[in-house]
Amino acid sequence: MPDVRVVNLTKKFGEIVALDNVSLEVHDKEYFALLGPSGCGKTTLLRLIAGLIEPDSGEIYIGDKRVNDVPPEDRDIGFVFQTFALFPHMTVWENVIYGPRVKDFDLKEAKTIGDEVLELVKLHERLSAYPSELSGGMMQRIAVARALAAGAKILLLDEPLGQLDAKVRNEIRYEMRKMAKDLNLTAIHVTHDQSEAMSISDRIAVMKQGKIVQVGTPQELYMHPNNLFVAHFIGESNFLEGSVLDASDGNLEIELRGGVKVHAIGEGVGKGERIVLAIRPEIFAMERGLHKSENVLIGKIEKVTFEGTLVRYVVRLESQDSVVIIKPSLAEAWIDVGTEVTLSFASEKAHVFAYPEAGLMEEISV
Amino acid sequence: MYRRKFTDVLNALSSKKTIKYTMYLAAIVVFFALILFPPIIGIFIKWSTLQQVVNQPPLMERALVAVTNSFAVGLLVSAIDVLAGIPMAWLITRGKSRWLNVLDTLADVPFIVPTAALGYSLLLFWNGPQGVSALFGGSLISTGWVLIMLLHFAFSYPIVVRVLVGALLDYKMEFEQASRTLGAPPLMAVRTVTFPIIKPSIIAAFILSFARSISETGATFIVAGVFENGSVFIQNVKNELSSGLVTQATYEGATVFASLILIIVSITIFALIRVFGSRLRLPFKRIWPHAERKLSYSKAASSRNGVTLIVFLAIVLLPSLFVALPAFQAIFTGTLSAAVSGSGVWSDYWQSLLLSYLLASIVTFLGFIVGLPMAIVIARKKFGNLPSTLLDILVNIPLIVPSIALGVSLKFFWQSFAFMPEFLLLVFAHLTITYPYFVRSMSAAFERISLDMEEAARTLGAKPFSVFTTIMLPLTKYSILSGAIMVFTRSVSETGATVAVVTNLQTVPVIIVNWVKHVVPATSLEIGLGCGFLILFSFIILLLLRLVTRGKGRY
Repeated sequence: MPDVRVVNLTKKFGEIVALDNVSLEVHDKEYFALLGPSGCGKTTLLRLIAGLIEPDSGEIYIGDKRVNDVPPEDRDIGFVFQTFALFPHMTVWENVIYGPRVKDFDLKEAKTIGDEVLELVKLHERLSAYPSELSGGMMQRIAVARALAAGAKILLLDEPLGQLDAKVRNEIRYEMRKMAKDLNLTAIHVTHDQSEAMSISDRIAVMKQGKIVQVGTPQELYMHPNNLFVAHFIGESNFLEGSVLDASDGNLEIELRGGVKVHAIGEGVGKGERIVLAIRPEIFAMERGLHKSENVLIGKIEKVTFEGTLVRYVVRLESQDSVVIIKPSLAEAWIDVGTEVTLSFASEKAHVFAYPEAGLMEEISV
Repeated sequence: MYRRKFTDVLNALSSKKTIKYTMYLAAIVVFFALILFPPIIGIFIKWSTLQQVVNQPPLMERALVAVTNSFAVGLLVSAIDVLAGIPMAWLITRGKSRWLNVLDTLADVPFIVPTAALGYSLLLFWNGPQGVSALFGGSLISTGWVLIMLLHFAFSYPIVVRVLVGALLDYKMEFEQASRTLGAPPLMAVRTVTFPIIKPSIIAAFILSFARSISETGATFIVAGVFENGSVFIQNVKNELSSGLVTQATYEGATVFASLILIIVSITIFALIRVFGSRLRLPFKRIWPHAERKLSYSKAASSRNGVTLIVFLAIVLLPSLFVALPAFQAIFTGTLSAAVSGSGVWSDYWQSLLLSYLLASIVTFLGFIVGLPMAIVIARKKFGNLPSTLLDILVNIPLIVPSIALGVSLKFFWQSFAFMPEFLLLVFAHLTITYPYFVRSMSAAFERISLDMEEAARTLGAKPFSVFTTIMLPLTKYSILSGAIMVFTRSVSETGATVAVVTNLQTVPVIIVNWVKHVVPATSLEIGLGCGFLILFSFIILLLLRLVTRGKGRY
C-alpha cells in the first residue's frame, strides 16, 4: 500500500544543505502537509519523493519498495506543480489524457479515464481550449485531473493553491482534501500557509532550515508545540523571558523579566535556568483595573485593532514587554486605548521552553 | 562636468516625443533606402539581360542545375545539422560534467574561423596529402558535393547548437518533469512535450542553417571542384568573364537569372516554413514503446552522448582546425619570414588583412547605429502591432538572399552612381548582409526585458535616455556583444558579395580563395599560414571584445 517513507535523506545544492538527514513516514490514505517558510526544504523533499531530483544520501520507500533508482514515471505518483505546468501546446482534453496515452492505453480507454476525472473535478466545458485561455482556478483543477488520470496512487502537491486568489484558494482547498479522501489517495501537500495546512491535513510536518522540527496532527501542533519555532509559526504566541526560581515535579515557579512571579507547568528545565514562556493570545483573561491574584500581568492598552470576527489588543506590560490579546469582537465591550488592565492565564495553558542558545529572535525567525 | 551637461542635453531631447520618433523614423528610412531597396532595384535595372540566358539554353540549364543543387544541399545539410545539433545542445544544457563549459566554447570554433580558411582547412583534412583521404589511398573524399556537404555541416553546426542551447536554457523544465510524473520515460517526454514547445527555435535553427548554406560562396568555391551550386555558378561565370570566355551581357544575364531564382525560391520556402511550420506536429502515438524506454536510460544515453561527441570532433572540430598543421609547418620552414617581410604572394596579404578588419569594424559600428533604433521599433512596437510585425519579417530578407546574388544586384544598383567609391560599396554590401544579425539579436533581447523595468525607472524619475543607458543597455549587454561578434565575423568571412561588388579591392577571404584556386600561385604552406594568421587575428579581436565588455554577470 502506498505509504511513503524517507530515511536519513540529505540533499545539497552546492554549498547549501537543502535537506539535512530527514526521516519521515506518511501513512497510507493520509492527507499530509509539509509546512514551513520558503527555503526550508519542503519542496526539495517533495521533489525527492517524486524522483525529480536525486538524494545525496538516504532512502526513499513507496509502499515496501525502495524507489531511489526508480524513475519518476514508474513511481505511480501524481505531481501538481505550483505553476501547474499544463502543456501549452495541448488542449485541456489532450493534457488530461496525456498520462493514459503515454502509458499505452488505447484511445477508448483513455477517453473513459479522461471523462471520469473531469467528472471528479466538475469540469466539462472548454475541453478544446488551450491552457493559456483558462482562469487560475480552472488550470488548477485541470492539473489535478491530469495527475489523477495518470493513475496516481499518491498525490504530490507543490503549493498547489499558491497561484490562486484568496477566495478561490479557500474553496478549492476543501475540495482537494475531499477528493483525495474519496479516492483513497495518499496526499502530500507542500505549503507555507499554516491556516491552509491546519484546515485540511490529517498530520503536518513543520520544517525549518532543512530539518523537520515537529510532526503531529494540527491540534497537537497547536496545543503542544515542542519548540519555540512551532509555537511561533503555527498560530500566534506571546513570548516572555524569565528564569526558574523553583521546580518540583514539573511545577515551576518563574520570575519574568521585570520581576513578576508566575507559575507554569513544564518538563526539562531546572532551577536557575533561563526560560521563555509562550502564551497564546486567546488564553488571557483581561479585566479593567488592578486585580491581585495568581499568574497576573499588569499593563496598559496600547493599541486596539478591529479585524472583523476578532479584536486584537496590544498591551504594554510594566516590564515594557508587549503582549497581544485576541477577543471575539461582539462578545464583550471593547476596552479603550490607555486603560489599565490586569491579564491572567491558567498555568497549565502556558508552554515553557529553555532559552535557546542562538537567542530568541534567531530561534523563531523564519 | 562637460560630460554631465552632454547627458543632460540628451535627456532633455529624449523627453520630446517628436525627436524620439524622428529617430525611429530615420532608422526605418535608412533600412528601406540603403538596405532593402538597392538590391531589389538592382535586379530590376538588369531585367532585360535575362533575354541573354533565354537565348542560350545550355547556359540556362547549367544555371538551373546549379540552383537546384543549392537547395538540395541546403535542405539536406540543415536537416542533418538540426538532427546532430539537438543531442549536442542537450548534452551542453543537461549534462552534469564540468567539462561541458569547454565543450560549449569549442562548439563555437567553426564560427570564429572565417569561412574561406574553414573551406581550405576542410579541403586539407578530407582531401589533402596529410588528410583522411591519403590514409585511404587518396580516393575517399574528393572535391564536389560530399565535401560541400561536410563544409556546410561544419559552419552551420555552431549556429544550430547556439540557437538550440538558448532555447533549452529558456525552456521551463517543469513541463518535462510534469510529463515524467505522468508516466512518460525521458525520451518520450522530450518528444511529446519539450520538442513541441521549443519547435519555433528548432525551425529557426533550420532556417538559419539553410540560409547560410544557400548564400555561402568563398569556402564552397574552394571545395566545389567541378560541382556547381548557385553561388559557385555565379562565381564561375564571373571568372569566365574576366578570362574572356563570356560577354558582359551574358555574365549579367546569367547572374540576374540565377540570383532571381535563388531569391524567389528562398522566399517561397521560408514563407512555406512560416505557414506550415506551426502546424507541423511530431507524432504523438507511442510508436515503439519498448525501444523508446530502452533508449532513455543510462547505457543508451551515454552511447548517444558518445556518438554526439565523435561527430563533433571528427566532422566539425578537427577538420576546422586542421589548417593549423601547415600553418605550424610554415613557421618552421622559413615561410614565416617571407610572410612578415611581405614578399612574393604576401605583397597583398597584409593590406587585405587590414582592409578586412577595418571594414568589419566600420560595418559593426554602423550596424549598431542604424540597427539599434530599428530593434527598439520592432521590440517595443513603437508604430503599432502590424508595422512592427512587417518590419520584423522584412529585416530578415537579406539573411535568406544568397550573398553573391545580393552583391551582384547591389553592384548593378550602385554602379549607376559613378561617384560611388568601391570601399563605400563594400561597406554597403556588408551592412546589408549583416544587418539582420544585429537587429534580430537586439530586438529579441529588448523583448525579454519586461516593460515594467522601463516604467519603474520612469516613475523613479529617469528620463528616457537615462532609462536607456542605465536599464536597457546594461541588461542587453550580452546580446549586444553576441550581435556584434556575429556581425564582425560574418563581415570578415564574407566572400560572395565582396567578389561581386569589387574590381580592385581585395579582402582577405578573396585572397585566400585566389590562392587556393591557383589564380595566384601559392604553396600549401603559404595558404596554411595565411589562414592561420586570419584565424589568429580574428580570435584575438574577439577575445579583446569579450574582455572589454566583460560584465560581472549575465542577466
